[in-house]
Amino acid sequence: MNKKYNTGTLKKVFNYIKRYRILLFLTIILAAVTVALTLYIPILAGRAVDFIVGKNNVNFEAVLDILLKIGIISSITALLQWVMNNINNKITFHTTRDIRDEAFKKIQILPLKYLDKHTHGDIVNRLISDVDQFAEGLLMGFTQLFTGAATIVGTFLFMLSINWVITAVVVILTPMSLLVASFIAKRTYNMFKLQSEIRAEQTSFINEMISNQKVVQAFSRETKTQKEFDEINEDLEKSSLRAIFYSSITNPGTRFINSVIYAGVGLTGALAAVSGGISVGGLTSFLSYANQYTKPFNEISGVITELQNALACAARIFELIEEKPQIPDSDDAIVLDKVSGKIDLENVEFSYTKDRKLIENLNLNVEPGQRVAIVGPTGSGKTTLINLLMRFYDVNDGSIEMDGFDIRNITRKSLRRSFGMVLQETWLKSGTIRENIVMGKPDATEKEITEAAKLSHAHSFIKRLLKGYDTVINEDGGSLSQGEKQLLCITRVMLTLPPVLILDEATSSIDTRTELKIQEAFAKMMKGRTSFIVAHRLSTIVEADTILVLKDGSIIEQGKHNELLKQNGFYAKLYNSQFNI
Amino acid sequence: MTKLFVYFKDYTKESILGPLFKLLEATLELFVPLVIAAIIDTGIKNGDKSFIFRMCLVLIVFGVVGLVFSITAQYYAATAAVGFTKKLKQKLFSHIQSFSFTELDTIGTSTLITRMTSDMNQLQTGVNLSLRLLLRSPFVVFGAMIMAFTINVKAALVFLAAIPILSVVVFGIMIWCIPLYRKVQEKLDKVLGITRENLTGVRVIRAFSIEENEIKDFKEKNEELTKMQKHVGRISSLMNPVTYVIINLAVIALVYTGAIKVEAGIITQGAVVALYNYMSQILVELIKLANLIINITKSVACGNRIQAVLEVEPGIKESGKTPEMINTDIIVEFKDVYLRYKNAGDDSLSDISFKVKRGETIGIIGGTGSGKSSLVNLIPGFYDATHGAVLIDGINVKEYPVEQLRKKIAVVPQKAVVFKGTVRDNIRWGNNNASDEEIYEALAIAQAKEMIESKGGLDFEIEQGGRNLSGGQKQRLTIARALIKKPEILILDDSASALDYATDAALRKSIREMQHKPTVFVVSQRTSSIQYADNIIVMDDGKIAGTGKHEVLMQSCQVYRETYDSQFKKEGA
Repeated sequence: MNKKYNTGTLKKVFNYIKRYRILLFLTIILAAVTVALTLYIPILAGRAVDFIVGKNNVNFEAVLDILLKIGIISSITALLQWVMNNINNKITFHTTRDIRDEAFKKIQILPLKYLDKHTHGDIVNRLISDVDQFAEGLLMGFTQLFTGAATIVGTFLFMLSINWVITAVVVILTPMSLLVASFIAKRTYNMFKLQSEIRAEQTSFINEMISNQKVVQAFSRETKTQKEFDEINEDLEKSSLRAIFYSSITNPGTRFINSVIYAGVGLTGALAAVSGGISVGGLTSFLSYANQYTKPFNEISGVITELQNALACAARIFELIEEKPQIPDSDDAIVLDKVSGKIDLENVEFSYTKDRKLIENLNLNVEPGQRVAIVGPTGSGKTTLINLLMRFYDVNDGSIEMDGFDIRNITRKSLRRSFGMVLQETWLKSGTIRENIVMGKPDATEKEITEAAKLSHAHSFIKRLLKGYDTVINEDGGSLSQGEKQLLCITRVMLTLPPVLILDEATSSIDTRTELKIQEAFAKMMKGRTSFIVAHRLSTIVEADTILVLKDGSIIEQGKHNELLKQNGFYAKLYNSQFNI
Repeated sequence: MTKLFVYFKDYTKESILGPLFKLLEATLELFVPLVIAAIIDTGIKNGDKSFIFRMCLVLIVFGVVGLVFSITAQYYAATAAVGFTKKLKQKLFSHIQSFSFTELDTIGTSTLITRMTSDMNQLQTGVNLSLRLLLRSPFVVFGAMIMAFTINVKAALVFLAAIPILSVVVFGIMIWCIPLYRKVQEKLDKVLGITRENLTGVRVIRAFSIEENEIKDFKEKNEELTKMQKHVGRISSLMNPVTYVIINLAVIALVYTGAIKVEAGIITQGAVVALYNYMSQILVELIKLANLIINITKSVACGNRIQAVLEVEPGIKESGKTPEMINTDIIVEFKDVYLRYKNAGDDSLSDISFKVKRGETIGIIGGTGSGKSSLVNLIPGFYDATHGAVLIDGINVKEYPVEQLRKKIAVVPQKAVVFKGTVRDNIRWGNNNASDEEIYEALAIAQAKEMIESKGGLDFEIEQGGRNLSGGQKQRLTIARALIKKPEILILDDSASALDYATDAALRKSIREMQHKPTVFVVSQRTSSIQYADNIIVMDDGKIAGTGKHEVLMQSCQVYRETYDSQFKKEGA
């Protein structure tokens, strides 16, 4: 099961690497060549030693000849190694770049349903740290797996060419280190699991308590919190110690096996040398081979864990990349050009989850230029209505029509362009103020921009900023106040002035004076435009052409202010609660 | 970083024994080439098979003893590293507990969390590695050189030349790369930034149909990252090839001098092999050392960050003496209070004076940044007034014992925070011994009883951060948590903002009807929430713009009137 999962991921990884197959081919050749050359040097050194027998018994000519060869070969090897490393880097970094691009493109076409359901941290994590880990594993795979395999094969052949008996000793003993490593890995797996569980527990405890430290102090919970922390900390110490210690036996264990092999080679080699089966130089080469042959074996378990980890990370990225995108616009989708702003909702049914009904049987006809106020308690479905109008979500049943066309038959782009949306949660992207304003109209002239900013009362504060319209702001708006950010978002819509507006009135966190400005800006925009306002202020509600009173997802009352008051229903109760205690 | 070493105190033995055993193991390794040399020069030359057997047995014994030494070393190192981190974590956590609000603000909680978690993990790995390996590699390098000197001084000079050159190359490349890695990180942060931005702003991006533009932007940033990665890669991948060439040049020099010495009969063939082996050992160790140092540099940076937090002096001080309580009708008094936050350029509150009688309800209203929250945060002593005095029961809060003060006052903060655990656990934060009945009572006043009952009662498990509750539900729970304390002073810091008007009104009503009649401070943006208060304080730009009852303020205070009108304008109705 697990294996199948891995091979699936492996195939997908290869699909990305495939583009660099020439480089891949090159790096494999280079790995083979460099390894062969690296292995040839101990043989040369061994031969040199054979010409240095004893007093007055040194063949300088031969020695110098060999040393010159060593110099040339090692230089060539080094050069090839560097080229190979760079090729590996290129394959790895380009592959990860491609994957990141792909994932980002995917984010742009994922249905909002997916994005709302997954935490942003999770998605960012996949795109950043998972890809990073994957890159690390991939690079390690390239550098160590290829050369490791080549080293094992090469050493084996070289050893065989010198003496087969000693070779047999090495080949038979080496797997022991693998056995030791896997034995320990199996035993420690549970310890590591326990450790990471307790660590996760501790991390979430730290997260919770430290981010709410002020509450902890306000309730004088410091001692109790510390006690709880200490308990988890003690547990973590115990489990960490076990996991770390037992796993750290691996290295001494495999090193011990290596020394046994070394001694074995020494013994068989020396005995062979005594009987003349091998020269002293040959023995020297052999001893250094014994080390090189076992090294990849020791590292292999590390490489495999790393690769498995990399594959697990890759699987998470592919999960994102392969997620079902939103249904694309059909080829014959209508491109709205001139929109009058007539909107009709027929029998709309919608819910986020199957088991919890939200909007049922919603009917609404809005004539061009009408003002619709949406009121209702928290969680009554106000935002949902916006989601449906903008087609961030599709209705489950029924239909929404714009100028008589079902919005599912209109291209998303032209549909959304006919809406201007100002949400309570202001969003600004990092960049200049200007870039933020021209979002909907990239070719806007300087004059148009200042004009729009003046209309929305943003011009005066923008001018006061250090660099005016070219002031760079970061992701969360930096030093701008909530109200100023809101004004920028309004300017953005003011510049494009689409036929339909969706406005979410600010409830809190904006001071009254700024709010007055915002109201004024809203009023200017709404002139002659169909508008939907999630309303919190009485004046907006009172002035609306229709008030939709939402409760638990359905419209329970609908009409003008006075009519609704007369009905003496939920709206009347809501209205009166503001004035009577 | 050095100041952290005191946390090794309980692990002194382990911290010394760990590296020591590692060195013992390394010493054994250094003797291996000598044994091989003996096999060649004595065993093979004389055809002495039993000598060869004995020598190989020595090698195995070295292996076994080495195994025991290194396992012992690993054990001590792990114990010391894990114990050290545990102590340090404990200390840091309790240190953070003692921070006053000012320190929490200046340092920032997200930084504190990173330091408690990932920095600590990295530090632990670093300490463990250092204890095991930091001494080992230099020891083997110099040990090999010394052993070479014992064989032949002239030949050993090659080592004397090769080691500095190798060190320069290895560390030079490393030092060259470290700032470049930082640049890679910066580029990665940019890629991360744009990703996060696109997730938070997905609705706006789609509303404006600028997806293509964003993709283009991302591709550029991603390409920059890739370029930087390749650039660093090109430099860092020089390390192996260059050291390889140097080592081989050293081998050439070594074999050549060795050959001359053998010709002259000064050293043996086996000695040349031993010298050659020592050279190989040095290469291996230097590369290990370079990797180790990269790891340690990271850990030291983490250690420094942790130390920086530990060096922040906590601001909460217990005065020690209990001041005499004065029986007074005035429960809270502000006397000419000024407040300026640390590192702030301007006063957040200035010239604030007012008195509050026991049992009164005080409304505080004003725009964002007008100083409402700052004002109420002075009452429980979360911040200290920079000038003037805040008196509770006639005693300066600075002298009031913190425990008693916090018992007396309950605060419902702006941001509704609940904790992982049952509803019961959460409410009991206010009072550890509250019975279920009392809890339900508090929930009822907070307008949360029905809501909790519909969720299955007090055993309902709240997820971390209250994910399974709505904003309004969380707010009502935090109100209940404060009410269960039966506080003398209750501060509601804009804590009904997520409630609809009807619930807000019902809440205010039931708080007024509470039996023990607490003094209540209500901070709000809505005039409707405070208009029936006994006294209203209107804040504007850190100053009091007016005080009095609603009717009075409507006449006398322009700021108040404007605020009221903007919310209750009824023209056209």
